[in-house]
Amino acid sequence: MLYREAGQFRTTYAEDMAIFPIRQDRIALAILLGIAFIGVPLLADFDIWPFGSDYLLRAILLPFLILALAAIGVNILVGYCGQISLGSGAFMAIGAYSAYKLGTGVHIPLASLDFAISIPPLPVLLAILLGGLTAALAGILFGIPSLRIKGLYLAVATLAAQFFFDWVFLRVSWFTNYAPSGSVNAPTLDFFGLNVGTPIERYMLCLIFVTVFAVLAKNLVRGNLGRQWMAIRDMDIAAELIGIRPLYAKLTAFAVSSFIIGVAGALWAFVYLGSWEPLAFSIDRSLQLLFMVIIGGLGSIMGSFVGAAFILILPIMLNLIPTQLGVPLSTETITHLEFIIFGSLICYLLIKEPHGFARLISIGKEKLRLWPFPY
Amino acid sequence: MIALGQFLEVLIGGLMSGVLYSLVALGFVLIFKASGVFNFAQGAMVLLAGLALVRSLDLLVANGFSLWAAIILGIGFAAVIMAITAWLIERFVIGPLVNQDALTLFMSTIGVTFILEGAAQMIFGSDAYPLRLFPTDAWFLFENLFPGGILVNKLDVWGGFIAGILVAGLAIFFQRTKTGRALRAVADDHLAAQSVGIPISWIWFVVWLAAGLVALVAATVWGTKLGVQFSITFLALKALPVLIIGGLTSIPGAIVGGLIVGAGEKIAEVFLGSHIGGGIEYWFAYVLALAVLLVRPQGLFGERIIERI
Repeated sequence: MLYREAGQFRTTYAEDMAIFPIRQDRIALAILLGIAFIGVPLLADFDIWPFGSDYLLRAILLPFLILALAAIGVNILVGYCGQISLGSGAFMAIGAYSAYKLGTGVHIPLASLDFAISIPPLPVLLAILLGGLTAALAGILFGIPSLRIKGLYLAVATLAAQFFFDWVFLRVSWFTNYAPSGSVNAPTLDFFGLNVGTPIERYMLCLIFVTVFAVLAKNLVRGNLGRQWMAIRDMDIAAELIGIRPLYAKLTAFAVSSFIIGVAGALWAFVYLGSWEPLAFSIDRSLQLLFMVIIGGLGSIMGSFVGAAFILILPIMLNLIPTQLGVPLSTETITHLEFIIFGSLICYLLIKEPHGFARLISIGKEKLRLWPFPY
Repeated sequence: MIALGQFLEVLIGGLMSGVLYSLVALGFVLIFKASGVFNFAQGAMVLLAGLALVRSLDLLVANGFSLWAAIILGIGFAAVIMAITAWLIERFVIGPLVNQDALTLFMSTIGVTFILEGAAQMIFGSDAYPLRLFPTDAWFLFENLFPGGILVNKLDVWGGFIAGILVAGLAIFFQRTKTGRALRAVADDHLAAQSVGIPISWIWFVVWLAAGLVALVAATVWGTKLGVQFSITFLALKALPVLIIGGLTSIPGAIVGGLIVGAGEKIAEVFLGSHIGGGIEYWFAYVLALAVLLVRPQGLFGERIIERI
């Protein structure tokens, strides 16, 4: 009864093209954003359970937001444009390391020319965004093979990016400012005089980034460019026949996707990890992001959030529930169980519901519209 | 000037480890040839087979079986495990996904990878287990020709020998037997094969079983070299560029691709890696594969698929 759109008439084109045409959706979103932007900081400020300790913010909400952002990036490439990528971790790493270099000052000595290029340390915000831009350039570079190859072959090409950049950031010490251990520390998070240090400030920072990028991405995929991507995904030859340039569509998908993934990588390194080494962006991260997208829903922005939440919460649940029931599992067993559950879920979803949890939610909404009379 | 002896030694070492890559790549080719599924789970199958073998061997030897009896029983046990796995995969994952597009099938094998990795380690334990079935000491050849001779690992020779037998067997199986012909028919077109009366689920079971047995062979050789442990699954990732270079549908291609990758990355590591920081083994094969992809997308021996992109 509550979720019924009867009586909501659209009288202008603008209303017809709104992101959320149904009033209940708008209200739900407003409440969600209200909780995220106002409720959580207030609760944390007054130390109300479960926000009394930093654990929830630091170990769940922060990684959730950043990984959801990265998942949006992966979803644009894999879900909307149909170009499978196993190298998302590498693009996160490119974002993180180039933001690090830009944030601490770049110095390129060109000894043979008696000349050096020096860029002074940039403000953190600029460094993060430029890090994303560098990732976008790398994405375009590794997207070029997608014009000749597709599907599985492309997966191998992106895998090449993954292994190559793993090696670059591990072995080329210029990227780590010659740190002997190979692990680097993020510069202080100073946003135009505003210092971001406490968990709640970090949370707010990521929340702003994620909200802005999610809205931008949602509008992008609804618009001209997004439609081109989806046409390429659904059938590339037909898309070409109706006048879509595959070159342009595929490379923009690679660029936008890598940009978002790069920004997420910079945030992951700067805001969540603080100090990190190349292992943080290994192939496991790429697979994790791919799973989020498959489980959450291919071709759905909301699905990226649902997938990220699911993948982060499942291990915690596996840890928590048996302990509550009095049969604590060993860490090893939990890891293995996690593997098995993720694997089974992926297979199950691919068979039964290829559009993931996002599709389940929209089916739920359809049913709710008719409730309590299912006809 | 690089000494010829050193170069030959690196080359031979590389070729021999290339044979081992080929062993993993063979499993991929089998499944791809017969079902058009790009099997990401091959590495996990090697891990499962290796763990089943090494754990049952340990158990049998501890219970007083003689080594030979234990080896035969252990291999039998591992083969049964692979058969059960093949059946389960066909029944619950690949079967329901029949006629889906290649990407969906590929992603489902990523799911299978995780299930197998988790289950194998949960059942058989997740430590590194040593496996000793083949001699691992080295020979020194041509000692009178080169100073110090050329070091050749006995295990590698065994690996090459076994790979040769496997390839010959598989080639006969594909070309000469009824099942082999049916496999190729299924690969070409699932629907058409079904409509002429080929039992597709049986064929897929056979394919996955064959891939599982190839994984078992790969596991015995690799396990002897490195010990059976989780990192063995990363071999599967090494086998991907091998496939791209050799061609996805060609069994000889898997062998040649493996040799090229093995030799190429060892030579690159020794003679190039020392100049730019070392460890380039990790990505050299992939960059090689990228180069091949751009020039010849079907690989050296693959069937040319005419498809506009």
